[in-house]
Amino acid sequence: MKISGAKIVVETLIEQGCDTVFGYPGGQVINLFDELYLSRDRIRHVLAAHEQGAAHAADGYARATGKVGVVIATSGPGATNLVTGIATAYLDSVPMVAITGNVPCSLIGRDSFQEVDIVGVTMPVTKHNFIVKDVRELADTLRTAFKIAKSGRPGPVLVDIPKDVQTALWGFEAKPDPVRPYPPTFASDMKLRRAAEMISKAERPYIYFGGGVISGKASAALIRFAELIDAPMGCSLMGLSAVPSDHPLFLGMNGMHGHYASSVAQDEADLVIALGARFSDRATGNKERFNKNFSIIHIDIDSAELDKNITSDLSVQGDIRDALERLSAMAEEKKRPEWNKRIQELRNEEKERLERALASSYEKNCSNCTAACDKQGLPAEQRLTPYGIVDAVSAKAGDSDIIVSDVGQHQMWAAQRYPLKRPRTFLTSGGLGTMGYGLGAAIGANIATGRRSILFTGDGSFGMNLNELATAVSQGTPVIVVIMNNGVLGMVRQWQTLFFDKHYSNTTLNRATDFVKLAEAFGAKAARAFTKEELDSALEQAFTCNGPFVIDCAVDCDEFVLPMLPPGGSIDDIITEIK
Amino acid sequence: MENNQYVIGVIVSNISGVLSRVSGMFARRGFNIDSLTVGETETSGFSRITVAFHGDEDLKMRILKQLEKLHDVKEVEVLDPSDTVIRELLLIKVKNTPNTRQDIMTAVEIFRAKIVDYSTTALICELTGETSKIDAFIELMKPYGIMEMCRTGIVAIERGDNCLKTR
Repeated sequence: MKISGAKIVVETLIEQGCDTVFGYPGGQVINLFDELYLSRDRIRHVLAAHEQGAAHAADGYARATGKVGVVIATSGPGATNLVTGIATAYLDSVPMVAITGNVPCSLIGRDSFQEVDIVGVTMPVTKHNFIVKDVRELADTLRTAFKIAKSGRPGPVLVDIPKDVQTALWGFEAKPDPVRPYPPTFASDMKLRRAAEMISKAERPYIYFGGGVISGKASAALIRFAELIDAPMGCSLMGLSAVPSDHPLFLGMNGMHGHYASSVAQDEADLVIALGARFSDRATGNKERFNKNFSIIHIDIDSAELDKNITSDLSVQGDIRDALERLSAMAEEKKRPEWNKRIQELRNEEKERLERALASSYEKNCSNCTAACDKQGLPAEQRLTPYGIVDAVSAKAGDSDIIVSDVGQHQMWAAQRYPLKRPRTFLTSGGLGTMGYGLGAAIGANIATGRRSILFTGDGSFGMNLNELATAVSQGTPVIVVIMNNGVLGMVRQWQTLFFDKHYSNTTLNRATDFVKLAEAFGAKAARAFTKEELDSALEQAFTCNGPFVIDCAVDCDEFVLPMLPPGGSIDDIITEIK
Repeated sequence: MENNQYVIGVIVSNISGVLSRVSGMFARRGFNIDSLTVGETETSGFSRITVAFHGDEDLKMRILKQLEKLHDVKEVEVLDPSDTVIRELLLIKVKNTPNTRQDIMTAVEIFRAKIVDYSTTALICELTGETSKIDAFIELMKPYGIMEMCRTGIVAIERGDNCLKTR
């Protein structure tokens, strides 16, 4: 029996194991939405407030589970609104299939109403994309899209489907199983043996891992490997949550805003073993200086990452879990008391530096910020601090709650401080740095897992896509939105303070947004907190609330994210205190 | 830093948009190309792209690996210049005057070019050869007045029985 292209899309999605899609209807996907309506007991559609939010929700769904996230949008503006969400997924290697409608084939190329060449637009930010002009190819193209999205290094794939292809009729037979990824590349024995030799010769090895360990499901293998060779571990922003924050060998994130001990230990190492990480400029700083002291073994599933940003001494392409398991079988078990002693010194030094920084007498100048903190006339010691907020939240949250961040200072504070326990519980836009990522992602993560999401955001980031509060309300999403409200675009302000003579160009918001009233206007619950007590009581309510709950936390506008390696600088330039 | 010319043969699926995927990748990664040509192959459904660029070993590897990542790219190979036939085609229109005609025709003969169009005011010469030969001929024609010209960019194929094919 022949069915419409629109129905083929829905049937193929179900065949591929997709239980939920995120999206927004429109003229060129109306047939597709009709089929979603007819199949609403088999596949759930979550209506977002804006296509960008839908794309971030599909991304959050994928990051929280490892499954392929699916987003649907109409042609033209619907499709272009997806672009930031797709690029966010691309830079962080998130498996996603984006489906867009387009004008009928006969109208393509004529600048028709709501026509845009979305395949051309998204070419640089997708793993691959398709336009399907023949209904006979529709099902297989979608299957290939899923296959590409989840194979090797995952990523987003876009499938553009003109309206006449959605209405055309063709036969469809569901496959019994979802497509399997292409078989991964496995690391060569010879290279792994060389790696084992290098590790055994090294006196001060340091493991640097990235998001590849999470997408490669290699957390357990990584921990076994690190314990076997007794090497400290640090990670990139994307690597966070792969290893429990309190693991004795884990030093935390390194790089621009990384932990002091983690960054210094890397610099003092004689061998860095990089696993599923790409040595982004935020991680390396000055590339000439970066690996002056150590050799590098770089293992990644994507050969194009090897020797791209940093030239390694041994580069190994291969599936990360397999490589770690085989490497563990070859590597020599070792104890490194000297190196561990040094690591302990660095940890102590980090603690001292942190205490000094927190007690720093840097004059916090609230005169030109609109945050509520100074209006309350609270003495400094009673005000909320960024770490204080993170600690208060983590004290109440469960290990399986999903922590999501937007982008900016709050992102770094959460990344540095939040004690993570399980893989896929820290979702953040690391590569693209998308302000406004968080709320959509938090909703998608909750819908995928049924677990509570906690979003750390700032008044700047939250302002970008707060319309998704409407989605959280309509879906009854238990998401706690913690706004670190400092009245400024704090990360840029921090750079302006340090490197631009305090020229606060366009980073002082001068807004009068009342986030409590705003949340209530959306139908969400909310509270404001100036002090620790107020925050605790707000969190008490938030954690018993079944829907979205917004907490507007007053934070001083002159709080800094420290340590900081200045952009293009190196470990020699580390700033751990503002004087 | 070394600066060699590399020539890469790329077999791609012959579907719409593939050329823009390949050229777009070069553009957004900041890889400059000297020439890029595309045409059919012995197998229907596949095209062959020949890309030439200057750079060092490091750049070459980065380009190779990025090409291999593209879904529509089926095979990539760096062609060894010492064991490869590299050709380019030039069509060049030069002013035809009684004073210069004989000189041009002598040059055409020496370069084993052909005159493919003749009018009282203009000549079109056709020349195939390696890039350096084409460059030399163009240089030689300059004093006679080049009216217009176009060249194809290089195509290249390895000598012997080593073939670039889709597996």
